[in-house]
Amino acid sequence: MTGANSFQVSGYGPARAGWTRLLARDSLARRLDWPILFSALALSMIGSILVFSATRNRTEINQGDQYYFLIRHLMNTGIGFCLMIGVVWLGHRNLRTAVPLLYGASVFLILMVLTPLGSTVNGAHSWIVLGGGFSLQPSEFVKITIILGMAMLLAARVDAGDKPYPDHRTVLQALGLAAVPMLIVLLMPDLGSVMVMVIIVLGVLLASGATNRWVFGLLGAGTAGAIAVWQLHILDEYQIARFAAFANPSLDPAGVGYNTNQARIAIGSGGLTGSGLFHGSQTTGQFVPEQQTDFVFTVAGEELGFVGAGLIIVLLGVVLWRACRIARDSTELYGTIVAAGIVAWLAFQTFENIGMTLGIMPVTGLPLPFVSYGGSSMFSVWVAVGLLQSIRVQRPMSA
Amino acid sequence: MTNIPETGRTPRVQIRLIVIQILVLSLLGTLGGRLWYLQIREGDEYAAEASGNHVQQVVEPAVRGSILDARGVPLADNETRLVVSASRTDLLKMKDDGKAVLIKLAKVLGMKPAEVMRKVRLCDAETPQPCWNGSPYQPIPITDEATAKQALQIRERAEDFPGITAEPEAVRRYAAPGQANTAQVLGYLSPVTDDEITKAQDTDSPYLRSDQVGRSGLEREYDKELRGKAGVTRYEVDNLGRVIGQAEADEAQPGSNLVTSIDSRVQRVAEYELNEAMKEARKQYDDNTGENYKADSGAVVVMEAKTGRVVAMASNPTYDPNAWVGGISAKDYTKLTGKNSNYPLLNRAIQGQAAPGSIFKVVSTAAAVEAGYDFDGRYDCSSSYSVGGQVFKNFESQGYGPINLGRALEVSCDTVFYRLAHSEWKRDGGIDPKGKTNDYFYKAAHQFGLGATTGIDLPNEVTGRIPDRQWKQNYWKANKDAWCKTGKKDGSYVEKIAYENCLEGNKMRAGDEINYSIGQGDTLVTPIQMATIYAAISNGGTLYDPTVGKAVLSADGKQVSEIKPQSHGKLPVSGRTLAEMDEALAGVATRGTAAWRFGGWPQDKIPMHAKTGTAEVYGKQTTSWFATYTKDYAIVMTISQGGTGSGASGPAVRNIYDALYGVSDDGTINKKNALLSTPQKSLPTVRTDGTIKSPKVVKDPAKDQRATQEGAAEPDETQQAATVNTPTTGNRNTRRRPRRRGSRRMLT
Repeated sequence: MTGANSFQVSGYGPARAGWTRLLARDSLARRLDWPILFSALALSMIGSILVFSATRNRTEINQGDQYYFLIRHLMNTGIGFCLMIGVVWLGHRNLRTAVPLLYGASVFLILMVLTPLGSTVNGAHSWIVLGGGFSLQPSEFVKITIILGMAMLLAARVDAGDKPYPDHRTVLQALGLAAVPMLIVLLMPDLGSVMVMVIIVLGVLLASGATNRWVFGLLGAGTAGAIAVWQLHILDEYQIARFAAFANPSLDPAGVGYNTNQARIAIGSGGLTGSGLFHGSQTTGQFVPEQQTDFVFTVAGEELGFVGAGLIIVLLGVVLWRACRIARDSTELYGTIVAAGIVAWLAFQTFENIGMTLGIMPVTGLPLPFVSYGGSSMFSVWVAVGLLQSIRVQRPMSA
Repeated sequence: MTNIPETGRTPRVQIRLIVIQILVLSLLGTLGGRLWYLQIREGDEYAAEASGNHVQQVVEPAVRGSILDARGVPLADNETRLVVSASRTDLLKMKDDGKAVLIKLAKVLGMKPAEVMRKVRLCDAETPQPCWNGSPYQPIPITDEATAKQALQIRERAEDFPGITAEPEAVRRYAAPGQANTAQVLGYLSPVTDDEITKAQDTDSPYLRSDQVGRSGLEREYDKELRGKAGVTRYEVDNLGRVIGQAEADEAQPGSNLVTSIDSRVQRVAEYELNEAMKEARKQYDDNTGENYKADSGAVVVMEAKTGRVVAMASNPTYDPNAWVGGISAKDYTKLTGKNSNYPLLNRAIQGQAAPGSIFKVVSTAAAVEAGYDFDGRYDCSSSYSVGGQVFKNFESQGYGPINLGRALEVSCDTVFYRLAHSEWKRDGGIDPKGKTNDYFYKAAHQFGLGATTGIDLPNEVTGRIPDRQWKQNYWKANKDAWCKTGKKDGSYVEKIAYENCLEGNKMRAGDEINYSIGQGDTLVTPIQMATIYAAISNGGTLYDPTVGKAVLSADGKQVSEIKPQSHGKLPVSGRTLAEMDEALAGVATRGTAAWRFGGWPQDKIPMHAKTGTAEVYGKQTTSWFATYTKDYAIVMTISQGGTGSGASGPAVRNIYDALYGVSDDGTINKKNALLSTPQKSLPTVRTDGTIKSPKVVKDPAKDQRATQEGAAEPDETQQAATVNTPTTGNRNTRRRPRRRGSRRMLT
């Protein structure tokens, strides 16, 4: 395919010339989901300001340059944006053929993490340090490849018109495909990511039309697995401690409960309109750990107040709402599954991340989509936006 | 626009997608709700918590004000120590956490670098002492014994010692200038309690954990003025405690200085003479008990007659207030408060009460005149007086025949007052009075200020007791059950008394009023009350509230608030009667009971008035009382179990007057030797820098006085005399060895 061809979008609309083509009723520009694009961009920009506020005084991590994190966050956003364009340009259908390759590559990367090449950050051994201040968190990419891989398997026979629903064999295959990287990530151990993947698998199965038995069976297995993990002491000390602190934050205010406590103080002290950007005492005083990444929402809560923090939730809501519509409106099961998987992923990660800062979810190391600082996370969520746009663009316009 | 059923779009999937959509929305709704709850509903609470999080206080204690004598000599002040401290916050800002600075500092102080480092580290579970246990924002003291040279080195090269300060710091010191200990008047300090901290938290002068609070004496009465106000600086800090900004700073306000009316020299003489008198009394044999007098305690008050200001106030036994500085040891504490201690902490001038004996007769005289008896009438001074078979003897006196009230005071004739009291008792209706009673004798006592506090500016003054009808009634009510249980008609003396009390203890019996009229029985007075009364007789009848504090001077000396003399009443005596009493009391000193103690006194130049008293106490030896006044001063001395008034207390009081006026034993007045021939009117001079000028302090004014009074003195006392004008620096080392020094002082 050529660049010019890509804008003709799979031949659904008649070819036109010049910029009028762009504005035509069935043009790409018209078909793009602008609310999602706008919301994602706004969230990334808000994120860059919050990350800047959280890091401009942290001399011990910003290498003496107060713009260090700001610039990187904007760079990540830019790269993510390009990745999105690339995905839209390629189209999710074309990507379908590359899915086995992508899947293999992502599994290879998470295996690399388990080798001495990987490094540990905050108790989770889930990083590959590339040098020059860059590092990779492959589990972020695995989330996408699981969605794509499972969708490919589950939708293949349905989209071909062979069957109304994926049969048991296919479901089993799809589950197996998801299980391999999940086990590896569990070994890291990166419990947060595993939780996200479980939710993704659940969303994908629901959207695939797999029988209720599978859905409930999976739910039961998940519960049993959680109990087993608890009983067999597969979890590390710090993970159990995090859960204990979630149940009772006053348990150890100087230790594990510290994060939750300080996060809640920061958010709570914001009030309606917040203390003003760069004026949050909790933020300036660096009382909240990991504030540019996992706890970035506390900056919004303290400095922008209910108005600003609420806006972030609303913008994420727009993204998720539009993504649900895209899933429902897709003309083929493949697109539906991919969109639903993305919804499950982003929705859970949003709820878990903001929920932990508000003290209604246990602390896990999950970034807030678009807002948190972190390259891998930023790239993968923008790829997800690309996939959503591609699904939307490639369905016929409704009347 | 939905549902174009091409492929795979089954209703099942469609429904599930809608379920997912609803689920997602409700999750986001939950987040919004929780956000509202935290920020809007409980926002204020969290805001308060956040501000507590990032603000830290550094407290700079205020320097406690000094207590000065009337001439500006410090009785209690602060010893300055050079304290070198390090600010952790400043050190941590340096690249090596201040290591280089600390090593440099160790060199200057002659300490080991490791030792210095250990002192500035913070204590935690794994860090053994030495380590800093206080607030990490407070400067951490490294040494409090820096020399001036070391301090100068640090200060002059401040840029070499960032975060290091060498500041003089104040520690309380009771200087005892010229050996004037003044312990009970000054009081003492002890650390603040948790209760007090909580109570004072929201007032304008909150306590610090390190604060010392005045517990008795002037330290307690003027605690608020002396304490000043601690400076508080609030810093904004980050999570590691690094200072990111200074929020607010309130300067410390040093405490005000208290100028008292005490003259340290007179105070020393009074203390010395009281102690000597008690030592002398213990050598005397008591015929009644068949053993030497115990002289277990005593007090003397020297008061300005025209203002009520206290020039000297001594209480014996005494102690060294420096024992309290820096925390009292358990051993010292028992020594001061234990059962066998004889309670040296008590200020017996205001907290010791005893029957006044004959010095009370001025009250009875005034009462008699008030009741209508002529001062110049003739009253029979028989050797005894009988009422209903009970014989009341004339204790100190013999029979003088018919005399007037003035002469009765002079010779201290008891029977005159017995007679008067008895006839008044009868006039009031005897044992069962009908209608309202006049009770002139009791009313007069209340009008003289007895049975109530004088209002002196010292804490815990006691009221004494006037055994009037009201008191008898209350006392009987409280005790009748016990009396009726133990009382026996034909038992021992105590049992008989109990029996009588049980029957009619609530009634004013003839014997009660008769005993009362000469200051015996249940009457109790304090030395300060009697001094107030005799001062009033001297000044024309005004009862002044005694005061020790004379003025409160702000630390810079610019604001002076004088404590003006205030009166709490007039004596119920007409001018004429007062003049007559005055003459009679002068007669006591010249030809009455005290005359033998004032031999050679220059009465024409300095008219002396006196009244002796010897009070009987059941089961104990007699209490010696001696109340005197001139036109300027009133002096009252008492010695418990010390013998007669003139016998035990006379020489001491005479010596105090000799010292005040510079009178020698032969009666010549040498103005040069006079310590204070007229009361100190002016306040000490304040220099422009706020410090107060004070005269040189001699080593021991008491011994000097004795030497000058006697002329030819004993050898060791001549030596003392030779050092009269040597300025002493005896205050320098008081704190290091307070106890040893204190005990030596008490022996002299």
